Parts: sequence; structure tokens; C-alpha cells
Amino acid sequence: MQPDSSRGPALEVTVLVSVGRHPVTGRARRADQDARGVELAKSLPNAEIGLLHAGRLSERDEPALRSYLGMGFAELSLLEQPEGADVVPAVAEALEASSSQLVIAGERAEQGEGSGLMPYLLAERLGWPLVTSLAAVESVENGQATLLQALPRGQRRRLKVRLPALLTVDGSAPAPRQSAYGPARRGQFDSVPGSVCDDEPWSQWQVQPARKRPKRLKIVKATSPRDRFKAAAAKSEGGGGQVLTDVTPQEGAEAIFKLLREEEVLR
Amino acid sequence: MSEVQRRDPRKEWIARNRLHPRHLEVLAELGRGAASEWMGPHGVLRRNPHAVGFTGPNGVKRIDRSGAQQGVTGGGAAAAAAEQKPRVEISDPAFSVVVVPDMAGGRLSGHDRDLLGLARRLADVDSASRGVVVAVVFGPHKESGFEEAGIDRLLHLDSPDVTGYAPEARLGALGMIDMAWTPRHWLLPDSKLGGGELGRRLAARLDERPATGVWQVEADPNQATGWHCIARGAAESLDIQRELPRITLALAECAEPVSETRHAAAPLSLPEPLPTTLSRIEDLGQVPVDPSGVALSEAEFILSAGNGVKDWDGFHHAAEVLGATEGASRVAVDDGYMARDRQVGATGTWVTAKVYVAVGISGAIQHLQGIQTCEKVIAINMDPGCDMFKRADLAVVGDSGKILESLVTMVEQSREESRDAA
Repeated sequence: MQPDSSRGPALEVTVLVSVGRHPVTGRARRADQDARGVELAKSLPNAEIGLLHAGRLSERDEPALRSYLGMGFAELSLLEQPEGADVVPAVAEALEASSSQLVIAGERAEQGEGSGLMPYLLAERLGWPLVTSLAAVESVENGQATLLQALPRGQRRRLKVRLPALLTVDGSAPAPRQSAYGPARRGQFDSVPGSVCDDEPWSQWQVQPARKRPKRLKIVKATSPRDRFKAAAAKSEGGGGQVLTDVTPQEGAEAIFKLLREEEVLR
Repeated sequence: MSEVQRRDPRKEWIARNRLHPRHLEVLAELGRGAASEWMGPHGVLRRNPHAVGFTGPNGVKRIDRSGAQQGVTGGGAAAAAAEQKPRVEISDPAFSVVVVPDMAGGRLSGHDRDLLGLARRLADVDSASRGVVVAVVFGPHKESGFEEAGIDRLLHLDSPDVTGYAPEARLGALGMIDMAWTPRHWLLPDSKLGGGELGRRLAARLDERPATGVWQVEADPNQATGWHCIARGAAESLDIQRELPRITLALAECAEPVSETRHAAAPLSLPEPLPTTLSRIEDLGQVPVDPSGVALSEAEFILSAGNGVKDWDGFHHAAEVLGATEGASRVAVDDGYMARDRQVGATGTWVTAKVYVAVGISGAIQHLQGIQTCEKVIAINMDPGCDMFKRADLAVVGDSGKILESLVTMVEQSREESRDAA
């Protein structure tokens, strides 16, 4: 990406990154959604991107944080926080102090409570608008960003938001680039002490590895023995469908067309 | 005329004596020809067990208890009673539980109903002082079953501010509800359809720490609120047991939906009109998406091809015109007509489409597993005995190429007509 002087001042973007957890091995890794956020920021033209992580630089977390640096960054700002602290006040202060116009974060953390509340708390504290589950940033012009929001079933919605703004990214954003080993080794951590706020309720909760959720039983509320028997003996699937035999292709197509219309899938 | 009913003991005696030569004649006269049950003169229900049932083909008496043969009136009455679930009215509630359903497609989803079931449990915990379940519905809807879903009060906000994607205006409305009624519990679905987002915004605004990803709520006298909940955390890898907070974002199947009672669903309105908020997020509407780019697992409308498709150009053209995502059976993929990532079934992708059109697919069990969660399945095949037809909601026997061709012309024609009309 070449800096382009004709576009005016660069857009300052901060990406909040966290340490993820591999779903199978449980090892620390770069969090998937945060990496997608970094990739999204990288796709913005004329952007000055800073990475921000709140936590401690431990032996366990360092490789994960370095893999963000391997996506093409020289340094990562580290807001020093003890384990199990509430990082919202410290991050909010850091963002207030910076001159970022756009803050990008993942939707949910892969470790800890993982409630996905952090971007909302930051937005409320900073008084910025928040746009969730972003798929792409189309343009940033005149202090307004045009965004594509991902909806369920692969649909997209176009939104316009005034800057400064907070954006969250989920799995529908473009896949992150691979982390390069050399830049990851060479990158520097820029440590800053942050104000510490203890997360008291978290220490009072009982936390255990997730249990498999019980499967919901199909309860049949039948009034008569015959209904009960019918429900128990019924085949789980089958029947009820309409079969058109000996029809011309036109008639068959008409029946299909009618059903597609009823289901409102034709646009 | 005397009001006293005159009895004829002789006729009654004949009616009781089924060997009497005039038995049937007298029965018909008394107006209980084939009836096996009738109300006696003293208000006692009388039964004639001999009149029950019918004579089967081999001369053996058969009794059909399905209600189809006898006691038609009785069966009908029972069915009507079952339909008329007991109606519950709560006139002076002790507290309120507010639910904000997603209303995907304008209707209560299964997730919403589970949530309302949970709300019912929270509201009915103490039978002496019951709470009301208030549902807040934004924008126009098509739902008619609010009463059966367990809603006591329905707040329907239909102003243009809160329709569409308007999280800030909706948040303002919820904040107003919180001020006006101070609900004991807020319940929102933790879903991608807007509930998860709105719930988190509300929690940040009200400065409450919500429980997210809740899948179980149990009564617990040790807690201040009387309930504890189990929530999923850390990318679904942890279970967090904690006190139930005021704002709860619950997953699907967190409770059983209401099934035994009907509720008032009385319309409710806000004490004062909604303030007009200046939204910083402008909704520019949905963007048309290229259906071929949509992931197969989340596509809404899939046109899937199998061994029976001979005209592949026609098939691709049909998918393009219909705006459907393309899928394929294993045979079509193995033969090289479709890409591997388009394979539907146990070895390919498990799809969740609303409408799945299977063209020339006979329906191997692996393929049928892959389409288990599809709502409507349409099958086009030459073989009327294939397994796909047993699963299909609409099955057409015929040449798939010709049927697709006429379907394409039909769709194009209707589009042209609507364009001309516009």
C-alpha cells in the first residue's frame, strides 16, 4: 500500500486484538474474529493502523500476539493489565487519549467470559456509534463510513455511520492473511501501564468446562390413548407431500412456481 | 301445557329389553336410535353397551375407539375443549418480565417461544403474586398466536423510527420502558437476528452486567434473585454458573415453550410518545447478493442437481434466473459436473435452506441426512418410486430439463409483467 498524499490526512484506525483459544487443542492463538478485523483494517485505503492489546505479556500469550505482528506490523501497543481484570476502563482511557477515528474489534473473546459486551461498553462510554457484524467497509469519506453489515443467510445490509465509530467483525468478514514468521519475530511490543480495575463478580462465579446440552425431548401431549399410540408409532418422517404424476412440464413447473411464490424466495 | 315430562314405563321397558320385537321401533321413537349414551330423566348418564361398535366383515363385533364411528358429538366436544385452553388473566400484576422477541420474518420464531416459556416460568414463580409477561414488538408483524405463546401484555411499537435497522431508536424505546415499569427481568434472545445486539446495547445503557448465552435457569433459594443460570462463555467452551441478573440473553431451547394456557395479550402503550432520536447509523437497505457467492450451509434457496440432470447449461441458467444457490449430489460432483464444495449431504455440506429443489436426485440416505433441516423440499425426478419423493413436500414426475425450462420462462414472464405494471 503506497501512502497517497492527494487523499488528505490518513484515517487513524485502532484494532483491538486479544489472545484466542484454539477450539480443538485449547492452545493460545490469534483470535479468529480479531484477525479478521486486522485484515479488514488492512484493506482500508490510506489508513494508519495501530494494534492494541490489554493484558500481560506471558510466555503462553506471546506467540499468539506475535502472529498479529506477522500480518505486517512493526509494533503492537500493550496496555498492561493483570490476569482477570476488567479491561474496559483502561481501554476506554487509551482510546480517548488516541486520535483514532475508527476502532475495530472482534465480536466475542475466545477466552474468559466471552460475553461480547466489551465493544458495547466502550461505545457507551465513549459515546460513539457502534455497528455490529461487519462484512466490509465500502468507503470512508467526509467523516462518514459506508459499511456492509452481514445478516444471517449470507445477506448484506448497507449502512452509513458517522465517524468516530466502533465496528465489530464476525466470521463473515474476509479471512485473515497468513502470519509471516520474520515480521512476527522482529515486531516490538510497546508496553504502557494502564489503570487497573478488578473484575469482582467473575471471581465469584462457578466456571467449569462446558457440558453437552441435553437434547430436547419431543413431548406428545395427547388426550386419548389412541392419539398417544399414534404419536409413538408414527414414522419420524415421510408422507404428506404432494406427488404430481402424468403432468405436462408446464403444469409441473406451475406447481413449483406457486410454491416458490408462497415461500417468498423469488426476488 | 304441563312442564312435567311424562314418562311411559312400558316404552322404557321395551327400550331396555333389546329382545323385544318392538325394541328398535321404540328406541327410534324415544330419539336415541343408535345412541349408546343419553341423559336419563333424573340427570344420570345412561349407557347402552350393546349399541357401541359395529359388526365387522366376519360378523364379529368391533369397537373403534378413534371417535370416527360412534360418539361423534362427544369426540367433537372433547376436541373443542382441548382447543380451548384455559385462559389466564392477570389483572393486578406484582411485577413484570419484559421479552423482546426477534420476530424474524414478522413471526415468533422457535427461539422467541422458548424465551416466552422462560419468561412465564419467571413470572409464575409465586402463585400469590404473579407477574405479567410483556412482549415488545417493533415494526409490522404477521403473528396471530401471541395469546398461545404466553404473552399477557403486548407493546407494539410501529412508528417508522423503529422499523428496519434502528438499534438506537429501539434502545431509546427500551430505556423508556425501563423507566416506566421497572421490569424485574429483561429477556432477549442471544441471536444474530438483532436480539443479541439489542440486549447488549440495553445492558450497556442501563449499566447492568447481563448473562449472555444462557441455556439453563433454575430456582435457587441461596441467590438474592431466587434464580441461578448457566451460561456459555469463552467461545462455547465454558459453563458459567451465576446468579440470574436483571438482563438475560438466552440461547434457543433455554426453556419449554408455553403450551397449556392462553393469555390475554392485551395491548399496551407507552406512557408518553417516543422521542425522536437523531440516529448516527443510517440504514441504506439490503443489498442484493450474488447467490453463487453465498455459503451453501447458510443459503436460503438451493437448486441442487444430481445424476438425472443432462442439460447442465440449462441447469446453471435456471439457478441464475431463479436466484438460487447451486448444490449437487455426490454423483454429480464425482462425475465432475460440479465443484466439490457444492456437494450436499453427510459427506458434503449440511444445508439449512428454506426451500430446497432437488433436480434429478433419487435421494440416497446420506443426501437426505444433509437436507434434514430444510423446510420445504421440491423434487423433480423421472422415477416416481425414488426416496426423495418420500421426503419431498412437492414432487413432480417428469423430465427435469423441460420442467426447469418452463419454470424459467414462467419466472421471466412474471418478472416482465411486474415490470410493466410498475
